[in-house]
Amino acid sequence: MKYMLLIQHGDTPTPNTPDAWARLSDEEKQAIPRDYQAINQTAGVIPGFWMQPPETATTVRVEDGRTLTTDGPFVAVKEALGGYLFLEADDLDAAIELASRIPAARLGGAVEVRPLVEY
Amino acid sequence: MLAALVGLLGDFDLAEEAAQEAFAIAAARWPRDGTPANPRAWLVTTARNRAIDRLRRDRTLVSKTQLLDAPTATEDEVDWTAIPDERLELIFTCCHPSLALDAQVALTLRALGGLQTEEIARAFLVPTETMAKRLVRAKRKIKAAGIPFRVPPEYLLPERLAAVLAVVYLIFNEGYGGRGDLATEAIRLGRALSELVPDEPEVLGLLALMLINDARREARFADGAIVLLADQDRSLWDASQIKTGRALLARALRRGGYGRYVLEAEIAAAHVAEDADWSRLAVLYEELWRRTGSPVIRLNQAAAVAEAGDVEAALAVVESLRPELNGYHYLHATHADLLRRVDRRDDARDAYTRALELVHADAERRFLEERLAAL
Repeated sequence: MKYMLLIQHGDTPTPNTPDAWARLSDEEKQAIPRDYQAINQTAGVIPGFWMQPPETATTVRVEDGRTLTTDGPFVAVKEALGGYLFLEADDLDAAIELASRIPAARLGGAVEVRPLVEY
Repeated sequence: MLAALVGLLGDFDLAEEAAQEAFAIAAARWPRDGTPANPRAWLVTTARNRAIDRLRRDRTLVSKTQLLDAPTATEDEVDWTAIPDERLELIFTCCHPSLALDAQVALTLRALGGLQTEEIARAFLVPTETMAKRLVRAKRKIKAAGIPFRVPPEYLLPERLAAVLAVVYLIFNEGYGGRGDLATEAIRLGRALSELVPDEPEVLGLLALMLINDARREARFADGAIVLLADQDRSLWDASQIKTGRALLARALRRGGYGRYVLEAEIAAAHVAEDADWSRLAVLYEELWRRTGSPVIRLNQAAAVAEAGDVEAALAVVESLRPELNGYHYLHATHADLLRRVDRRDDARDAYTRALELVHADAERRFLEERLAAL
């Protein structure tokens, strides 16, 4: 089964939120990049790229042939995507297990596990 | 039989349709040709062959394709003792946490209870169309998201079993209020679980709890009003069902069980004892309250404390629950009863009045009106 894991940062502290980041324990500050690396190296995972924060986004629509842009992400900034990866796993339980190891899931964000359309 | 087919074919809808076709053929053939030596093997084989035919005709269906290469079997070739039961796999699949709770309940009733969509819809007071959509979406999600058809591995088993028990308990509680058929269904599921997972204390505890509570169903209503446990006609209780429940509880306790269902079963058993030990009940309720944090259970504890003799202490607890349970008519009804016992009749009147503002069921309304009038 092929899945896309969409990482919602939500309230997760990141280096881009320096105050919240500073309040994390040293243990956690070290665990986060280590855990991401471990996940990216897990068999079956195709790592995605790390996206810049949602505030840097531009949302594009086309209406009556005109291209319209709005500042910011499609959804509320708090709900916007932070990162993603692709996963090949036996079943949903295996995907859930990997998702639960993504740091954002335990630090105030969430991970959406979406199966891909397969032909 | 459905469980075995879902396991073989890997698809709910395919399994259901194939099963229906097999039954239809049996209904036509068996009266004419005689019942086969192994009816179950015949049905499963026939259903499997029909499913393979269908898959061959409809090659765009993505499913367990190794079946397409399998030769069409006859019932002599299939070892019917080797056809796995797979009801356990099925119930865990239906109760997978990635499905919404109402979908878990509906799917469990449909796939394991064999209830028709209209029956399930009626039981939960939703239109048939709504329930049909709910079931379709759930089955689609199982396939699309890759929910595995299996008993969960060791490390997931405790939380997944808890989810299954929660669904069964929910079905029972829906029935407990009056829709008797659901209570029966929940007990059937509970029995199946106790056969499939015989050593789990919580499984035994849940079944014990359901049997003991259900045994009192004939005595619970009289002339359309609720009858309190203390006033119930014990001759209407199903004594043998209570006995079975107690035996299961004993087994659970011997296996070292002390989870919430075992605890609730102990409470249920203590309630139906000849002379209810209220002090012990108060202790059991307190333990359950500590585990669950449920204010309703704390209320039950207060009632037990009052029965054990300490009405003042009970009043204090009930009053502490007023903020949290202000919209709950049982709080005010209990409060009223305690106030009556310490002769604070005006306060009791107010509390019964408040309870009557909040009550829904007619049986309960009548009970409260009678109590108010008796003040």
